[in-house]
Amino acid sequence: MSSPLLEARRLTVSFGDQTVVKGIDFEIGQGEKLALVGESGSGKTVTALSLLGLAQGASTAGQALLRLPESEPQDLMALSERQLLALRGSQVAMIFQEPMTALNPLFSIGDQIAEVLQLKQGLTRAEAWQAAIDCLAQTGIAEPERRARSFAHQLSGGQRQRAMIAMALACQPRLLLADEPTTALDVSLRGQILELLSRLQQKNSMAVLLITHDLNLVRRFADRVAVMERGRIVEHGPVARVFSQPEHAYTRQLLASRPERAVADAAPAPAWLQAQEVSVRYRVRRAGVRGWFKPGSFLAVDRASLSIAPGCTLGVVGESGSGKSTLALALLGLQPFEGQVMLGQQSWSERAAGNKALRRQVQVVFQDPFSSLSPRMTVEEIVGEGLAVHHPSMEAQERRETVLQTLADVGLTEAQFPGLLQRYPHEFSGGQRQRIAIARALVVEPQLLVLDEPTSALDVTVQKQVLSLLVRLQRERRLSYLLITHDVQVIQAMAHEVMVMKDGRVVERGPALQVLAHPSHPYTRMLVESADVSGLAAAG
Amino acid sequence: MAAPSASPGRRAWRRFRRNRLGFWSLLLFCTLVVLSLAAELVSNDRPLLVRYQGQLYFPVLVSYPEKVFGGDFDTATDYHDPFIRQRLREGGNWAIFAPNPYGPKTINYFAREPNPSRPTADNLLGTDDRGRDLLAQLIYGFRVSVLFALALTLTGVLLGVITGAIQGFFGGKTDLAFQRFIEIWGSMPELYLLIIFSAVFAPSVSLLLVLLSLFGWMGLSDYVRAEFLRNRQMDYVRAARAMGLSNGQIIWRHVLPNSLTPVVTFLPFRMSAAILALTSLDFLGLGVPPGTPSLGELLSQGKNSIDAWWISLSTFVVLVGTLLLLTFMGDALRDALDPRKADR
Repeated sequence: MSSPLLEARRLTVSFGDQTVVKGIDFEIGQGEKLALVGESGSGKTVTALSLLGLAQGASTAGQALLRLPESEPQDLMALSERQLLALRGSQVAMIFQEPMTALNPLFSIGDQIAEVLQLKQGLTRAEAWQAAIDCLAQTGIAEPERRARSFAHQLSGGQRQRAMIAMALACQPRLLLADEPTTALDVSLRGQILELLSRLQQKNSMAVLLITHDLNLVRRFADRVAVMERGRIVEHGPVARVFSQPEHAYTRQLLASRPERAVADAAPAPAWLQAQEVSVRYRVRRAGVRGWFKPGSFLAVDRASLSIAPGCTLGVVGESGSGKSTLALALLGLQPFEGQVMLGQQSWSERAAGNKALRRQVQVVFQDPFSSLSPRMTVEEIVGEGLAVHHPSMEAQERRETVLQTLADVGLTEAQFPGLLQRYPHEFSGGQRQRIAIARALVVEPQLLVLDEPTSALDVTVQKQVLSLLVRLQRERRLSYLLITHDVQVIQAMAHEVMVMKDGRVVERGPALQVLAHPSHPYTRMLVESADVSGLAAAG
Repeated sequence: MAAPSASPGRRAWRRFRRNRLGFWSLLLFCTLVVLSLAAELVSNDRPLLVRYQGQLYFPVLVSYPEKVFGGDFDTATDYHDPFIRQRLREGGNWAIFAPNPYGPKTINYFAREPNPSRPTADNLLGTDDRGRDLLAQLIYGFRVSVLFALALTLTGVLLGVITGAIQGFFGGKTDLAFQRFIEIWGSMPELYLLIIFSAVFAPSVSLLLVLLSLFGWMGLSDYVRAEFLRNRQMDYVRAARAMGLSNGQIIWRHVLPNSLTPVVTFLPFRMSAAILALTSLDFLGLGVPPGTPSLGELLSQGKNSIDAWWISLSTFVVLVGTLLLLTFMGDALRDALDPRKADR
């Protein structure tokens, strides 16, 4: 490797007076795979966008020299919009995290790829269409000719990401910027997409800048890794070296943030929640005129049975669309269902008023800490609401004390945040918001807590803290958890029992460690494998 | 760093204040409205205070018969009558007039020119074709317009929020039925209905308010509905439901406060639309009853006597100024409530 393909020198990006990327240096050789790792807000996506002049409203400083084989080195930061336009797509291409929003919904996949080829390589329409089909075929999409005529919404998530890759690679760029290319995909698809990227990267001897927060991905894919923290690169080196001997404290913290199993042993006790043959049907509109008169139905959960004892966690794991969140809503009494659910000695009644006592016993924590707290209510109003509903006679002073006590239990104190009760959610970080959401659920002293992907939206280090908080609360209060997740690592860290769901069916169940160690169903095996068993074995 | 307890509303207000144009427009508009609310003290044909033969009189508040001031009749005093003026100046008597000594209906019988008379020292902006003072007409017309617009906006917002909330929150069949109703209701020819009603009933401001309100809520209702549809499936609403709150509590405490952004953003624009609607109806002669001071009626006079440039010009300036102020406020408000704008 003589001179690197891309060489960034003191690259700085700022929005207004806020500097997001603070003078970073990195280089990517021809055909090299560099991973840029960091938590959200570390500036890694902005770095990639600024290389193509796509960071809107940003001002940049520094240099980013691109050395193409047959031409002089060009400084991407100094190029005009026109010159950048010539580079985008043809020499430097980008793939985005969410393929659904990155593809135009009004054009077919083939049209979008052909458009790139027509613009960049001057092909005629017919040639471009044929080339587009070839590109799609390369990415391993079945029936590429038919798929080229499909629209984004007609493809599955994995197919969409393949189409995105086909589009990015249509002109055989020298450098591919891949921004979290697998984050929006299900675990089983991640491996496939990664393999595809590797294969195409070798075939075209293309350099890849992989932006991710997922260390597993880095280990599997990249040659070198650069760790970013708050706009600075803190560590930089070959993947094997950085993973085995991390030098910087932050890298070590990232590597150690894999959740550890610390669950309390559950004393045998009669189950508090018992559900038998729970099915949930959605009404869907059938195609054509018939759909106007007779709605079809879609079976989201197919006869799931489960039970949870006090102080126990049942983990429900599955991919998106497997029905796990629907099952949770049904158990919360927020979704009509068929079958039997006994909570303690009660079950959900048809009338909302009859459920009030039971509502206190079953509470929920949602995935997205940003949409789960009303932005126009103070912390006191959010957490105190449950008390106002279930203990209307409680004095204001007592209510405030209970709220403060509960907030302290989840690790939020007035000493840390002056005027805590009067603050609004926007002043808290994702992890702190999730703690507020937990406090809101705990303040009414429930028996069962439904955790719907409680840590999926959080950074790895914060994820670990929230999980250990949940474990501590379970031990102190003998709570039952129904833990919904797609992440086998979270199951491994938290669950006593596990239930694997696929397409609305329960395909496997049993004690968590046993199922993870010796999965019997092929689907479970695939889930466990894609979650990197070696790490699991080490942690377990 | 802002104070720790700034609510989203307060932060929006802070952003609004940073927009100089919008903020000053708001101040100026509020001042004008307050002044016009006290129009009786600014522009009135009756004196504010009279001292006559050692006694104080308050003609602004009380209507005195002419006999009190030495006249011959029991009818209400005309303070522009030269005889009365004379009596009020004699001896130790005095009278304080409003800055513009004409009311909206006062006719200047002593103008030196035929009506409409051009601007003079007596009538600063001239008179209209019936000899009424134009400045007084404008002040009172502005007041009528603004009050009418406020009332119309209020009823429109109330109706729009209520119907939008019902459609958006309950969704499904309720939504479907309401949407079809709105489509039917919205396709009624509003103007014809107004013409028919103004032929059947005696025209009055309140009748006009009711009729315009009946058709003015639909646009807003769609926005509120969309906001409710979005917000009702947020996780905090689900959490509230899991907590056991009733539908009413959820709407009132959780969904409504988060759905009011379009309502607030549209307030100034709705007001300017209401002012414009009233003005156009008055221009066509379908609006407020004759004799009520109104900008639209003045515009129509201006059209009829095109030589009297002072009528059209001053009315035009008042109308455009009002609408501009409202638009500036609306722009600033929209920016202040834009979630994409950084706030610091």
